[in-house]
Amino acid sequence: MIETENLTKKFGDLIVVDNVTLRVNDGEVFGFLGPNGAGKTTTVRMLCCLISKTSGTARIGNYEVGNRADQQKIRRMVGLLTENVGLYEELSAYDNLDFYGRFYRMDEQKRKEQIEYLLKMLGLWERRNEAAGTFSKGMKQKLAIARALIHDPQVLFLDEPTANLDPEAAKTVRDFILELKKQKRTIFLNTHLLDEAEKVCDRVAILKTRLIAIGTPQELRRSLSGRKIKVQLQRVDDVIVEAIKKIGFQVSEITNNGLVIDVNDPEKENQAILKAIEAAGGYVQFITETGSTLEDVYLKLVRG
Amino acid sequence: MDLQSAWAVAAKDFKIFKRKSQIIYITIAFPLAVGIAFPLIVQYALYNAKSHLVGGLSITGLMDAFSVWFLIGAAIIPAAIASYSLVGEKIQKSLEPLLATPMTDGEILLGKTISGLVVPLAAIYAGSAIFMVLMDLVTHSKLGYLYYPNWHIGAILLVAPLICLFSVELNIIISSRINDVRTAQQMGMLSALPFFGLYFASEFGFFAFNDSNLLILAGVILVVDFVVFFVSRATFQREEILTKWK
Repeated sequence: MIETENLTKKFGDLIVVDNVTLRVNDGEVFGFLGPNGAGKTTTVRMLCCLISKTSGTARIGNYEVGNRADQQKIRRMVGLLTENVGLYEELSAYDNLDFYGRFYRMDEQKRKEQIEYLLKMLGLWERRNEAAGTFSKGMKQKLAIARALIHDPQVLFLDEPTANLDPEAAKTVRDFILELKKQKRTIFLNTHLLDEAEKVCDRVAILKTRLIAIGTPQELRRSLSGRKIKVQLQRVDDVIVEAIKKIGFQVSEITNNGLVIDVNDPEKENQAILKAIEAAGGYVQFITETGSTLEDVYLKLVRG
Repeated sequence: MDLQSAWAVAAKDFKIFKRKSQIIYITIAFPLAVGIAFPLIVQYALYNAKSHLVGGLSITGLMDAFSVWFLIGAAIIPAAIASYSLVGEKIQKSLEPLLATPMTDGEILLGKTISGLVVPLAAIYAGSAIFMVLMDLVTHSKLGYLYYPNWHIGAILLVAPLICLFSVELNIIISSRINDVRTAQQMGMLSALPFFGLYFASEFGFFAFNDSNLLILAGVILVVDFVVFFVSRATFQREEILTKWK
């Protein structure tokens, strides 16, 4: 659905986005991670045809970003939640959405239905006639998301959708993104909240002007530190540790009757490890996969 | 160009203006002041005058001079409104979502021009209607006929939209460089300077606001309107707005 190849943006001599190549599949939630100034917003602006690219190519569906004839078509098929909500504070929630609906050739009835659907889904229907300026930050963010969805776009770009929200409002927004995911929309999510990316994204990319990593959150974690399992025992002794080493596994950490063991494929290797522990007289209480968090991966990659 | 989209922008601005008391006061105050105060001044002068001359001027000369203030209003009022309409979008950061819609720059600008033009023009026309009625009321007995409506005020009301348009476009250019509504409004008032200049030139006898000069003025402003429109369009670039407007 979204494809870029060597997408680059320069402001004068400053390279803001450098040769970014990526592909976002239809119906995928794609997380775009990176520190402030990494070029996330600039990339989104290029993909939404808000600013021009310096070089490289990008496509949304069948349309070419940067091709004048395709610009309007791209804008019709994408929805954008901007970093700043940018609502008309004097207008009611309903009027804010109705205003935007007019630009997408939606007749009045269709606009009414879509506004009602979105406001009900986001819990704002009862307050539809109140000025947006009276809303809390979370409600404004929800209204801005509704605005991005007013024309039922196939592709949704969300730029920091939960930034500056309290945990409850952030959860509401995240749950809504998951709901959109169920509807098989393609979502491009700019965020620096790794926990959020891990919860909602199918795949993530880490950007620091250049793309420095791309994959599923699990793949990125494994790429950094491989896979690990943690075995909690009633008690740990040297016999058990030696038994594990004897069958070819590395014990990387021993903690309070727990062993962290490096593995390649736990689904296949766990049985052998469990047998070795039991044969050495150990009593397993539980076993779980552990490893680096996405945050560890992110920090390692971003700090270089 | 999709006129419905441009109209949607203008209609949205009208809704916002209705909720902004400052804009309502600015829009109403000037035409109302000119429309009511000048007839009262004429009435007072006539009451104290011994002949149909007031301070050396004929009553009709005085009325013509006062009616020129509607041209100055046509430059001042859009400055207040157009500045708000664009700087307001900058302050509320609502331009980016607006630019992300399928609307073209021309449609957005046209919408902004309509909203900056219609309200001041309606106020000017309403004020001039009050002016004409009150002037006729206070001068009818002295002149023996109804002075208004006449070709002179007709020519003034023909030039007024062109001046409004000039003011709106100039304010779009100014607003693209300024972040504060009040500063933009103050700078936008500069659009009234040429008309103040002409007014004072006429007071000192260097220029006459007669029908033929008003028509020439209309032609000149029409040309200037075209030039300023293209400059404002050139100023209004999506990429510039998103990356350079502070």
